[in-house]
Amino acid sequence: MELAEQSGGTLTEQELSPIREKWNVFRKNRSAVFSLWFLIFLFVLSIAAILLTQYSAPFDPATVRLSEKFLPPMTPFTSDLVKPEDAPPFDIYLLGTDELGRDVFSRMLEGTPVSLTIGFVAVGISVSVGILLGGLAGFYGRIRLGLITVDTLIMRFVDIMLCFPTFFLILTVVALLPPSIYNIMIVIGLTSWMGTARLVRAEFLSLREQDYVMAARSQAIPEMRIIFQHIVPNAIAPVLVSATIGVASAILTESALSFLGFGVQPPDATWGNILSDGKGYIFDAPWLTFMPGFTILFVVLAFNLCGEGLREAYNPKLRKQR
Amino acid sequence: MTAFLLRNISQRLILLVFISIIAHSVVHLAPGDPSLVDPSNPRMKPEDIARIRAAFHLDDPLYAQYAYWMRDLFTGQLKSFKDNQPVLGKIWDRFLNSLPLFLVTTLITWCIAFPFGVQAALKRGSLLDKGGTLLSYTLISFPGFFLAYICIILVVKVFDVPVIGISTFGLEDAGPWFQTMDRIWHLTIPALIFASGSIAVLSRYVRSQMLEVIHMDYIRTARAKGLSEEVVIYKHGLRNALLPFITMFGLLIPSLIGGSVIIETIFSWPGLGRLGFEAILNRDFPVILTLNFITAILTLIGTFVSDILYAVADPRIKLQ
Repeated sequence: MELAEQSGGTLTEQELSPIREKWNVFRKNRSAVFSLWFLIFLFVLSIAAILLTQYSAPFDPATVRLSEKFLPPMTPFTSDLVKPEDAPPFDIYLLGTDELGRDVFSRMLEGTPVSLTIGFVAVGISVSVGILLGGLAGFYGRIRLGLITVDTLIMRFVDIMLCFPTFFLILTVVALLPPSIYNIMIVIGLTSWMGTARLVRAEFLSLREQDYVMAARSQAIPEMRIIFQHIVPNAIAPVLVSATIGVASAILTESALSFLGFGVQPPDATWGNILSDGKGYIFDAPWLTFMPGFTILFVVLAFNLCGEGLREAYNPKLRKQR
Repeated sequence: MTAFLLRNISQRLILLVFISIIAHSVVHLAPGDPSLVDPSNPRMKPEDIARIRAAFHLDDPLYAQYAYWMRDLFTGQLKSFKDNQPVLGKIWDRFLNSLPLFLVTTLITWCIAFPFGVQAALKRGSLLDKGGTLLSYTLISFPGFFLAYICIILVVKVFDVPVIGISTFGLEDAGPWFQTMDRIWHLTIPALIFASGSIAVLSRYVRSQMLEVIHMDYIRTARAKGLSEEVVIYKHGLRNALLPFITMFGLLIPSLIGGSVIIETIFSWPGLGRLGFEAILNRDFPVILTLNFITAILTLIGTFVSDILYAVADPRIKLQ
């Protein structure tokens, strides 16, 4: 407390709270801020999409209108053959229709929460496994289990996992298991935690020698409490930054799996399988390929740019360089 | 030195054993086995399925199956479940097809990424740097299969060039010059698309390495000695910035083989990635496992070589 008062007096940059300071750096990166707004918009949209596609009849992505096949985007709804209650939202096919006359806009809406959920849950799994194993290796690394130490055991396991061709491994497991969205999340999560584990181990190794950890120990604070209350919050920033980029690559992996036919199964829509269904009609109905393709591109790009902005804000060395 | 090599090699051999055990258990413990590929086939009677399972040792305990796999692999007797061809021969044929694709991809990646990354770092904040940054983020975020489709349409419509497969069917009697050009055309487009993602990642990495190096004291010293700017950048700067890339050699191999699945499937390229994909569809366990095993061996050799090269290139590191 005394120290804080001593350094106080004039309002300098040092007095800004750490979060505030980082936000100031982040704000200067215009593409990152724009991406952040885009992602916030996407979250709101996906919550709206869950409600709309389930409870509102015009937004039902499964409505089949066989007389309305392959209509290009922005076609107004004028058909007499389709029942009026099956009309698309706002009486217009915003993104056209597919080979069964389903409204592509509604299908893209339905896919939004699915793709985002897969990205976040997969990264959640990989971050949890990475923090657990990396933390064990970093904090209890010196304990011997028989012939080898905990650290050797865990880091050799990381080496083993790095030797597998990841996409091939994911494909093998997903193809052998019954197709389901949960299997995809779990498999993507369990094959991408190695980077996080290495990062967390390095952070733990340096943090556990810090004075405040020593101080906490001297007060006989239980070890679990030291780890989760004192060390993890200090080690988590770089992990969260790399997790943002992890979400992007998880969404890409899911779309690639859906493209090969092992992803989310029809009639459920994700961006990947709308693209994969539409690729057969690429010359007659290019919007079926291009709409989901560019959506995936922009969303993944937003996650990547946002992650880069965060990395810059949390890494003073990078900040100086720019 | 010898002790280091011996310990390193033995460590890697132990890793290899564990890798093979993990791969074997993942593949065999997952539900669905080869006899279930075609369950609706009316000609498959329960006796047939039982006979197939017995022939493939699928009813034996897991450790026995592992032992059979290892024995057959090392005596070269391992046969594919699907067509009873020797697995090693199949993989070798496909490897020869994949090799030009991998080599050209790596060559394109390095030839574009390094000069570009260095230039972006030297002209930091310029239009080239900013445009390059945006372009590389776009390339990283592009779903590979989508990029492939756009390129195929563009190339076929605009340049009227063949892209699918390894060569044009029916050109076997054409002159050698014509055949070579045909091969090169077929190779270029998949290699470019395959390389696009890694060009983006690598050039970003080169840029940040180079930025770190050019602020070092020894660069200032070199300038103070009055050396020309070229010598400072390319001899003193670049050589030090390149050091970390030696270690990336080995870990490139899994991503090459894993990443080739999609590209080779789209372009009907009869290479390793497609072999793996077909084997997965057919639940051809020996092929899947052996492909995985060979990838792991190549990766371990790659990381081993890059460890040694790193020590050779950087005198600060001592092998112990």
